[in-house]
Order: sequence, then C-alpha cells, then structure tokens
Amino acid sequence: MVKLLAAAIVSLAIAAATAASAEPPVGAAACSGCHPASTRVSSPVPRLAGRDQAAIVKAMQDFRSGARAGTVMDRIAKGFTDEEIQAIAAWYAAQK
Amino acid sequence: MKTRREFLKLGAAAAGSAALFSTRAFAQSPAARVVVVGGGFAGASCARALRHADSRIAVTLVEPSPTFTACPFSNAVIAGLRELRAQQFTYDRVAADGITISRTTATAVDAQARSVTLADGTRLPYERLVLAPGIEIRWNALPGYDQAAAAQMPHAWQAGEQTLLLRRQLEAMDDGGLVVISAPANPFRCPPGPYERASLIAHYLKTKKPKSKLLVLDAKDTFSKQKLFQQAWSELYPGLLEWVPLSKGGNVTSVDPATRTLVTDFARHQAKVANVIPPQKAGRIADAAGVTDRTGWCPIDPVTFESKLQPGIHVIGDAAIAGAMPKSAFAANSQAKSCAAAIARLVTGATPSGPKLINTCYSLVAPDYGISVAGVYQPTNGQLTEVPGSGGLSPAEAPKATRAAEAVLAEAWFRTITDETFG
Repeated sequence: MVKLLAAAIVSLAIAAATAASAEPPVGAAACSGCHPASTRVSSPVPRLAGRDQAAIVKAMQDFRSGARAGTVMDRIAKGFTDEEIQAIAAWYAAQK
Repeated sequence: MKTRREFLKLGAAAAGSAALFSTRAFAQSPAARVVVVGGGFAGASCARALRHADSRIAVTLVEPSPTFTACPFSNAVIAGLRELRAQQFTYDRVAADGITISRTTATAVDAQARSVTLADGTRLPYERLVLAPGIEIRWNALPGYDQAAAAQMPHAWQAGEQTLLLRRQLEAMDDGGLVVISAPANPFRCPPGPYERASLIAHYLKTKKPKSKLLVLDAKDTFSKQKLFQQAWSELYPGLLEWVPLSKGGNVTSVDPATRTLVTDFARHQAKVANVIPPQKAGRIADAAGVTDRTGWCPIDPVTFESKLQPGIHVIGDAAIAGAMPKSAFAANSQAKSCAAAIARLVTGATPSGPKLINTCYSLVAPDYGISVAGVYQPTNGQLTEVPGSGGLSPAEAPKATRAAEAVLAEAWFRTITDETFG
C-alpha cells in the first residue's frame, strides 16, 4: 500500500512537472508520426492532445501487457517504461 | 540581411516567450541562427520543430525545389494506383511558421567559421547547422549504371520524374514481358522499399499483363519483413514474381543500358523493363561538409545527432548512420524532432536529454494488403539501439481483415506525417 502510494505520488509529481513545461517529455514527440497533431487530418488513429491522462496510461499499459490487441501499438508500447508512459500521457492531456 | 519587419516579428516573438518563461533566459540568449539544408521529411520537420521548441531561434531552410515529392507511396504511383501529385507538397506552410526558405543549393560548409555557402556565393552564418540531404546515387558503383543509364533503366529511388518514367515503361510494355528489379546491398534508403515495389508491380502485371514475369535480383540473402513478403507473394503472385538472393546468383555485377541487360555472375537477364536500385550514399553536401566517413554515410551522436566528425553540424534522416534505425521517412521525422529539441537546449547552454525514438514502416503488398515493422530506439553505448523486447513485425498469421486494416493505416500514416511536415 505504502509502495503504491509512493508510486502514485511520484507519477503525480512527474505529471505536474511535465504538464507545466512546454517541452515534450522523452518519447512524446515521436507519437505524432501516426497520431495526428492537427484536427485537419482524417485518420483512424486518435489524436492524443487533450485526451484523458488515465485513459492514455491505461491504453499503453494494456497494449504493453497484451490485454488489448493492437496493430502496431502492442509492439511500440513495449518500448516504454511506466514513468515514461505517465509523463507522456500527462503532457498530451495538457495539450489542446 | 533581416528586413525590419522580420526583425520586429522576431523581437515580438522573443518578448512573448520571455514574458511567458523567464527574462533571464532571454537576456542570456539572443536568437540563435540555425540553418537546415534539405527540405524532406527530416529537414522540413526539423525546421518546424525548432520554431515550435523556441520561437527565438531564427531558422533558414535551404532547399532548391519549390515542391517536395515524397517517396513513401511512390511505389503505388509506379503501379498506376495513385497519381504523382498526391505525393507533392509545397513549403508554404513551412514558411508560414516563420522559417526563411532559401530556394537554392548549399554548395559548401565552413565548419570552423560556421557558415554555409550557397550556389550564388552567399554565406549563411550559423550557430548550429542541420544537414538533411537524403541520399545521393553512387553513379558507376554498379558498372554501367551512370546518369545516362538511369534514363533507360530508371532507379525511381528519388521520387519524381524517375517514378513516372518507370510507370510509363511498364504501361508501354507488351503482355508477356520480363520486368527485372535489382536491389542493392545494405545500407540503403527504405529497406523494405524494393520488395513493396516488387509486390505492387506484380499486382499491376497480374491485373493488366498476366503473362509477364517479374524477377528480383538481390545483392542480399535477407531483407526487411522478408517472411511476410514471401508469404504474401506465394499467396498473391505465384509463378509471377521470382526473388533471386545473393547466394543463388542474384548479385548484379554490371548493366548494359542499351539492351536493358543486367549481368550477374551466372546469367545475363535482358529485360523489357529494368528498375535498377543502385548503391547510395549521403547527399552531396555531407561530403562537402566533411561529415561522411569511409562508408559514405554520416556518423552521429545518438543524443544530439551532432556529427562525430565536425562540431556544430547535425545530420538527420537517410544520410545519418543512426544505428538500428532504418532509413525511413518515419525515422527521419522522429530524428528531426529529437534533434530540434537537443539544439533548442544546446543554444541556451542547457544539456540535451537522451531521446526515445520510434519508427513505423508500412508496406503494401497489394492495395488492400498492408504489413508493418515498428521499433522503439534509445541511445546505448553511443549508438541508437532498439529497446529490448519492443518492436517487431505484423503477425505472420493474420486474417485478411488485419492486412486490410494495415493498408488503411498506411495511408492514414502518410496523411499524418505529410501534414506534420508540410501541412
């Protein structure tokens, strides 16, 4: 429980720090190769900007564990740590 | 020379960011000058990412062509499934980001004085230079294959007129003709590209000229997405497409453009249509700047993409030796954004952080049959290496719907990356 709480505090701290800065966290800039940055683009791949942070984290974790089937995200999610996923999700959630 | 208006614009932008972030940073760092050479997926993406990272950075993009013609999906143009104009993009939106576009060729670099010389003799000073020159064909590396030969046996490895030439040759060929593709040894631009091209040409022949035959002569024994391609070929194009690896005599040792003949150690293949994908090296300016090594490509630092041979010069995209990352448009765009982030930090005296990069490459085996390879990369011991356990290919066994979905995703990827780069 204590460990869980500590982890939650750490991710919150990371989230707060990341959301406040303009610079994308490690790995975040690469997402827009497939996830459109602009609303102009029609794609079955969702935009990440402004999406719920917890939903992004859950999706990444589920792709990584195999709980959710992906086409490429199952393979890509395996390249990211929990901390990186938290930071990326927080940053995108804070974008418009 | 800056115009008064540009100067004011720059001043306003600087004042804006100074107010938002810190006046200290502004006082310490006058607008850094970054010159980017090459307006492809690497260069144009980097120029824009630099402006987004820090609007005080003055960015000049040196690119002679008024339009960019994209290589991804150009194989569909060759196969008559797409028009070339769907591949073409202007730099209007890039310029609208406040980037100065210099529509000329960079001819020399003085790494010590930190200036780029343009075709008209003008010198552009820089604090940081980004070279994104793509590839240069190594003419005559394959005996007989020079610039004149490319008019008979197109390479179509730089999209544009060459793409259309190969398409016209296929269209003009009678049913029953022999088409030959020669694929080079590693490394080269777009590792799965020759095999996607073979697939889509086979699709064209199957639907339009079914008595024809396609031979792929390869200087290698293995290639990107090999199992997926070969499985699809035996399913879709049996008897039509034959791949000849190095160990079975696939290595082309010379060509004769007059007769469209490709010579191997074991045979002479006289083709009706011959597509020679020749050996390549980094684009010309890389050599002039002194950033290429003996391989003809550019060794770089995996965190900043700064050349290991010349300080202050960064190399991204196909020209760079990027470890495990392939020479792809996706990789170029991913590298461009990491390089821009690193430069934005370097020009303010900050330390760049280690990047994490992604590559995703789709290939079409048929219009409704897509396959992919994906990878995640990070610096390890001075090289970009794949994150262990990540990445990989589309599943070997998959229903038709999965292949169709990947074909749809491939097109969506193209719309997304071209919008980010040029839109």
